[in-house]
Amino acid sequence: MNLALRDIRHKLGRFLLTCAGLGLLLGVALAMVGIYRGVVDEALSLTRALGADLWVVEGGTRGPFAEASRVPGDTREAVARMAGVVAAGSVTFQTVEARAAGSAAASSAGATRNEAGRERIGAALRLQIIGHELDRPGGPPALVEGQGIGRGRREMVLDRSAGLPLGAIVEIGGVRFRVVGLTLRAVSSGGDPLGWITLLDAQELQFRLNAPAARRAAAGGGGGQPQDTVNAVIARLAPHADANLITDDLRRWKHLAALTATEQENVLTRSVVERARKQLGLFTGILLLVSGVIVALIVYMLTMDKLREIATLKLIGAPDSTIVALVMQQALLLGATSFASGAVLLMAVKDVFPRRVVLGPQELLGVGFVVFVICLLASLLGVRAALRIEPAQALGG
Amino acid sequence: MSLVELQGIAKGFGTGEARVQALSNIHLHVAAGEVVGLRGPSGSGKSTLLNVVACILEPDAGVMRLAGETVWEGRWRRGDLRALRREKIGFIFQAHNLLPFLNAIDNVALAITLSGVALGEARRRAEALLDHLQVGRRASAMPAMLSGGEAQRVAIARALANHPSIILADEPTAALDSERARVVMELLRRVARDQSAAVLVVTHDEKIFDRFDRMVNLRDGRIESETAST
Repeated sequence: MNLALRDIRHKLGRFLLTCAGLGLLLGVALAMVGIYRGVVDEALSLTRALGADLWVVEGGTRGPFAEASRVPGDTREAVARMAGVVAAGSVTFQTVEARAAGSAAASSAGATRNEAGRERIGAALRLQIIGHELDRPGGPPALVEGQGIGRGRREMVLDRSAGLPLGAIVEIGGVRFRVVGLTLRAVSSGGDPLGWITLLDAQELQFRLNAPAARRAAAGGGGGQPQDTVNAVIARLAPHADANLITDDLRRWKHLAALTATEQENVLTRSVVERARKQLGLFTGILLLVSGVIVALIVYMLTMDKLREIATLKLIGAPDSTIVALVMQQALLLGATSFASGAVLLMAVKDVFPRRVVLGPQELLGVGFVVFVICLLASLLGVRAALRIEPAQALGG
Repeated sequence: MSLVELQGIAKGFGTGEARVQALSNIHLHVAAGEVVGLRGPSGSGKSTLLNVVACILEPDAGVMRLAGETVWEGRWRRGDLRALRREKIGFIFQAHNLLPFLNAIDNVALAITLSGVALGEARRRAEALLDHLQVGRRASAMPAMLSGGEAQRVAIARALANHPSIILADEPTAALDSERARVVMELLRRVARDQSAAVLVVTHDEKIFDRFDRMVNLRDGRIESETAST
């Protein structure tokens, strides 16, 4: 006879209401874990989207995601000639404030636009723009809609998270780009949608965005910065090539530095998003701690609510194991039901979050285990209270 | 044969000047089949005495034997007092103390399962017991749905579930009207007779004073007098 279940069934409404409240709290804790995983996932999505085995960056720097990196445009040819390198491509990265300027198709033929596009027209967009060389490493990953950039200029492949449809016009620094293709879940470490344009467009854009500085440099007789600079050169290696050997070779060139894909991912996760990770991790920890305290209090209250029943059980000879099982099973059922309701709630609303919430079986099992341990520990307070109840309390007087 | 034997039992609370002597030199014997009442004003030591016999409170002095076993003599002579209660003592409470989340039959069956009997068999025995106490038709009712008399009969069934040789009752008729109080006392007398059990009842209820074989009057922790029933 399971006393815990029978007691819960007796006061089912109150139990479910308690679980709903605790479920909301655990849902928030779970959301924090999902956002934490999402931050890491987003941080890596850019490097993974580019599919680089090797990053060649400015000497003495850790690459364009950690600090400013400029290398001459002809570095790509030198890298491409190295043994073990299959292909190399120059890339630039710029975070820009763009503006959705309507749709080329709509202005001519009244073509349909999707809901997101309609909402976004005229809105400011924060994008990370990647300039790349066509048919070389650095281009967009698989497209979910539209096509890649053709030979023509002023075209852009944009991530769907920007909310713009195919054919939309994006204005950056006075230059208008037409969206010709859409990617899925390609965002920067800050969560901004990625947009791919040609390297030439990107270099021109960099010059335009830095126009006052360039004018001042020209007036000073410096002639401005050379326009053929890129932020990095990325390379794909042959299957059997040793990435570490090639990076060692590249590091001998004093003006260059090289990072393997793993090193680049470490820069992103351990440096660029480290603060965000710590912040989210700390917040998750605090939430789980608060959940633990609340579970402990609820279990304690549930136990004290049954003071007379527990005293009666002791008086009629129930062993401690029966009483401990009653308290612990209720704590675990409370935790399991609350966790399940929190998880269901979060799965239903996770796509509404502005940043990606990644919740796989690993995260769910991990948090579920933590909740199990918390409930187990929290129930100890109730168990202690239950074991201290005197059987004489059943008699009164 | 005496099933409850108390010789020189004493119990005090507190220390120094704050010490209160709740029981002093109590000599009490309750034989098999005997129904004994325990009465006295508030603070006379009735509940303390019941708690001592129930092995909930440890006496300070004296000897206590229950069902022929020396339970206390200078110290507890039994390690597992809960098992002792389970095996030898049945309890009936003023407020019946049925577990509110179990129905009538499971309240009785729970006590039987605590002795290691399988649930199915325990339910079968509980059903028979409830039938015997004429409350079988309410077997599936929750305690909140039972009348005072029905609940007390279910509580008595639970007390008898493991065939105890000693039954301790704390104001079992306090919440009942005269008719139901009379029925409960008749039931206890029948149990004492049929099972050869010793029944010790703490009571203030004057309407049942004549239903005891013997009435023990307590005052200031001492047995003031004993009155045999006419």
